[in-house]
Amino acid sequence: MTQYVLRRFGGMIAVMFIVATIVFLIAHVIPGDPAAVMLGSNATADDVDALRHRLGLDAPLPLQYLDFMRSVVQLKLGESIFLNRTVTQALAERAMLTTQLTVMAAGIAIFLGVPIGVISAVKRGSAVDQVATAASMTAASLPSFWIGLTLIEYLAVHWRLLPVAGYGPPEAGLFDHLRYLVLPAIAVGIPNSALIIRFTRTSMLDVLHEDYVRTARAKGLAPGTVIIKHAFRNARTSVLTVIGLTVAGLMGGAIVTETVFALPGVGNLVVSAVLRRDYPVIQGALLVISGLYVLINLGVDLLYAVLDPRVRY
Amino acid sequence: MSEAIAAVSAIEPRAASPGWLLLQRLVRRRLVLLSIIVLLVVAFCAIAAPWLAPYSPMRMDVVHRLGAPSSAHWLGTDDFGRDVLSRCMYGARLSLAVAAMVVVVSISCGTVLGLISGYVRRLDGLLMRVTDALMAFPDILLAIALMAALGASMYDVVIALGTVYTPRVARVARGATLVLRELQFVEAAEALGASDRRVMARHLLPNLISPLLVQGTFIFAFSILTEAGLSFLGAGVPPTNPTWGNMIAGAQQYMDQAPWLIFAPGLCIAFTVLSLQMLGDGLRDALDPRLRRLT
Repeated sequence: MTQYVLRRFGGMIAVMFIVATIVFLIAHVIPGDPAAVMLGSNATADDVDALRHRLGLDAPLPLQYLDFMRSVVQLKLGESIFLNRTVTQALAERAMLTTQLTVMAAGIAIFLGVPIGVISAVKRGSAVDQVATAASMTAASLPSFWIGLTLIEYLAVHWRLLPVAGYGPPEAGLFDHLRYLVLPAIAVGIPNSALIIRFTRTSMLDVLHEDYVRTARAKGLAPGTVIIKHAFRNARTSVLTVIGLTVAGLMGGAIVTETVFALPGVGNLVVSAVLRRDYPVIQGALLVISGLYVLINLGVDLLYAVLDPRVRY
Repeated sequence: MSEAIAAVSAIEPRAASPGWLLLQRLVRRRLVLLSIIVLLVVAFCAIAAPWLAPYSPMRMDVVHRLGAPSSAHWLGTDDFGRDVLSRCMYGARLSLAVAAMVVVVSISCGTVLGLISGYVRRLDGLLMRVTDALMAFPDILLAIALMAALGASMYDVVIALGTVYTPRVARVARGATLVLRELQFVEAAEALGASDRRVMARHLLPNLISPLLVQGTFIFAFSILTEAGLSFLGAGVPPTNPTWGNMIAGAQQYMDQAPWLIFAPGLCIAFTVLSLQMLGDGLRDALDPRLRRLT
């Protein structure tokens, strides 16, 4: 087990190394001179050259690459061009909101997806199953921003159940704070529940055919006990896999949905950074988000052993 | 003699081609048939938009701005008085063209990478770590970052989304190649002295067609969604040309007065993507008999 964890950790570092290289390449083929962008249109050529030198942008590319990698290892992400603060600060200020949104959306996706998946596997072929399958496919076919806009229109504007957009400061109390996140979380959670429903259904169907499920039924156990204790327990690992897979979808959904709801999160930061060519922020956000994704997936892999004692490394 | 052959071939029914068999198997399922019909209709509207569309997508009519659906404008008009139905049709052209090109780019690059990774093996470790790294970015995040680096033309969108989806294809192609390379026909080809290139092109590639067909259908669907997301965020195809995504983005502020402005393009996306997903599922079931019991 320790050996496995170490090996996976090594693999993760290799992947992060390549991620950092990709981020460097993307940032350095961005057209336009960041120094010129920072100084605005009134700057003289000398000013621009001086700043380029200060930022190390006049160094040969391999040298810049080495510098970049060194600062990544030291977790220094540089300074934003427009926000007058370091990238780490900018990300830290907004990380909380995005984390809350992603966790809430994950909760919705899981609490919607897993039970529906289990029920439609158990009642396979019934009307419930057909409706669930159709609904999950439709949900997966809708862009999350479109769901968000529709929710705003009906739940917030017409029925005034929830705030339209924006964000309650944490000082206003937890309830008021989270109220603003309900609609965005639904918008992100619904499309992502679709994959969970389908995966849960398939893995439950697989398990329900097993001999031990038949044995449990033959013993006369209550149907609910058979499904939860005997079948679902064995389908859990593949459900875990799909939850790991949806993490990327949830983060991506959060990025777009924050724009719809005008939430000041990491997604909003990235989108405005891209539109303004604030390349240190783009670099930093790409690194942090993909790093999180890799970490979460490592966590999921390690959880297998906890949930399923048969998994040996 | 030749008469005899002609007589025999007239009696013997010609063996159906694999493509024909697949099509027969697909249309037997009603939902798959329905999705094929929807896709054909959408594709026809896109291709024939210049002849079918009732108005030019750019023609402004400020007097009738934000008009509700009527007999003159079936899906209403937008904030510049442009006909929404016409814009949806022209939007389909761009959205489908981008998605189709993304499929071509990602399937070709991904297949080559997957074959090399799975068969030649020398580059396997490196190539798979690179695909891992590319897949560690959420689709839309990698796409907008690439758009910042590339520019903002339709072809830049294709390159960005192609880069996003190539690793997925490479994964599928590699997985299938790893299974196939152990089979006897590959061993036989190797024993006959076939070069690596020949084994990959002549013996492995034809066997990858089924999984790639399924994957291609799903990538088509995902590309439509991601392209819409890019356009919505303002990082996609320039807004002068209508796409389903930038129509929704433009309609945001009029949602209350003119809900049809976001419903029309939204439903276009939903129906197209849903049909593609059903077709993909149908293809997977039809091509892989082992999965059929699960449906």
